Amino acid sequence: MTPPDTATGVLQNAAAEPARGAVARFLDSWPPAVLAALAWIGGMVFVALFADSLAPYPYTALDLRARLSPPVFIGGDWRHILGSDELGRDVLSRLIVSIRMSVLIAFGATVISAVLGTSLGLLAAHFRGRIEQVVLALVDFQASMPFLIIALSVLAFFGNALPLFIALMGFHGWERYARIARGLTIAANEQGYANAVRQLGAGAARIYGLHVLPNIASTLIVTMTLTFPEIILLESGLSFLGLGVQPPMTSLGNMVGYGREYITRAPWIMLSPATAIVLTTLSISLVGDWLRDRLDPTLR
Amino acid sequence: MLRYLLSRLLRAALTIVAVVTFAFVVLRLSGDPALLIMSVDAPPEAIDAFRAAWGLDRPLWEQYLRYFLQVAQGNLGQSMRDGRPALTVVLERVPETLALTLPAFATKLLIGIPAGVYAALNRNRLADRLTMVLSVAGFTVPSFVLALLLVLIFAVNLGWLPSGGAESWRHAILPVITLGLSGAAILARFTRSAMLEVLGQPYIRAASAKGLPWRRVITDHALPNAAIPTVTIIGFMVGSLVAGAVVVESVFSWPGVGRLLVVAVANRDLAIVQTILLLVAFTMVCANLVVDMLYGWIDPRLRTARTQGA
Repeated sequence: MTPPDTATGVLQNAAAEPARGAVARFLDSWPPAVLAALAWIGGMVFVALFADSLAPYPYTALDLRARLSPPVFIGGDWRHILGSDELGRDVLSRLIVSIRMSVLIAFGATVISAVLGTSLGLLAAHFRGRIEQVVLALVDFQASMPFLIIALSVLAFFGNALPLFIALMGFHGWERYARIARGLTIAANEQGYANAVRQLGAGAARIYGLHVLPNIASTLIVTMTLTFPEIILLESGLSFLGLGVQPPMTSLGNMVGYGREYITRAPWIMLSPATAIVLTTLSISLVGDWLRDRLDPTLR
Repeated sequence: MLRYLLSRLLRAALTIVAVVTFAFVVLRLSGDPALLIMSVDAPPEAIDAFRAAWGLDRPLWEQYLRYFLQVAQGNLGQSMRDGRPALTVVLERVPETLALTLPAFATKLLIGIPAGVYAALNRNRLADRLTMVLSVAGFTVPSFVLALLLVLIFAVNLGWLPSGGAESWRHAILPVITLGLSGAAILARFTRSAMLEVLGQPYIRAASAKGLPWRRVITDHALPNAAIPTVTIIGFMVGSLVAGAVVVESVFSWPGVGRLLVVAVANRDLAIVQTILLLVAFTMVCANLVVDMLYGWIDPRLRTARTQGA
């Protein structure tokens, strides 16, 4: 056996080292928990988009001969994989449709909240003076009241149309975007780049839309990952109380609220939507924390 | 300091006015309560009489001014259901709610703060990881799910505790645990990050370098400084003592303010909802004021510095 050529050995080591390092580096920036969370979120979005084709039955279809049948893993049969409820409705189908409803509401509300809050924050930072004081007073008002109480009073007195419900949820958390957008924009206006573009004659829309907003976007996105799970929790809480999404429509909170009546006889009605809520909020929080560490050193 | 307090007081007053206006606008413009309370086929004279009795036939601005004056006098109208003064109906329920939220508040402080401090002092060790996992679970699990799980385990399967009602102190255990655990999780996370922030400061290194025992560095330097942000979140928790248990009270059929609110909202009982809204706003505003004063006491920098934007 000839002694190994030192140069080749070094080369081999050099080749092996980056390979091992690459895996480690990949896991460093993409921890397994975050990958799992991203996969779950992807799954939820997929389910929400293709709910109609995925659900084995229409979510209101009754199967009176198979009422309260247990899920397949505790002795049920394959016709109702996650069991059925008191009216024989398939829990899996209802779960899929509920996921779509909850994701739709949370997504719509997050977008409304982000757009509203960011716009008000930009307005405050651009005009300063009286307009800024008004925005700050609104922010104070919103931040000083528990949103659940405000939502409850508005909801019951305006009824429960779905678009209105989404709009109402969109008022949750706007004050955070407003605060952040105002603070960062004021800071940005004092920095060179905003001034430079202004000197070149760009209008306000161009400065804020093309220059300031992209620079503060990462912080705003991190804020979205904070409000999104809160909106899911708020929506499901209200629906659980019977004051959110109204039957025959269903959301994850509705299912838990309905399943509560059968907690002794058929706990599976309540457990599967509850699991979906918990895993979704957990995943988004994990991804949010990870994004915050990656994107935004100022929030750490 | 005086200037600081005055600006805080002004803000508090403005918030109260905003809440009163909000309550009035939302609750009065959203529909005709006469038609909701009376049946649709009630005789028109009866509906008119109802409107006149509740002042619903006056112009809106007049209703608003009258409402404002009444609120200022502590007269918040009568419950439309049983005709008793709304304030009495609501205040009756406050002790019931406090019977849940005060022990829960103590639980939050007793678990949350030590857990957060301990986790920060043992950063990245097993205890820290475990605390953080539990704390994330604590605020991603909605309170109604936690409540139902506790019912499933301790009431349905083990049969140790009642699943609802308010006959004895044993009925309070599960609701208090539900409220306490989720609050403790939030507080632990908050305390931990406040502590970590402080522990990275140069004055901690200086105190430790001059030979002060580590225990005293923690008690004399780290804890007081970490208390500043933690007080904010505790203040918010104090403010929600009155109505922080809406969902939990509903799950456990606990006859407190939260459950009253849910029932009143379902029945469109305007006076009750308004009263609770104002009561909550008032508690929140008071709690915030106390927090602001505590800041002045804990953080000497605020006493001298002028208030900034906030």
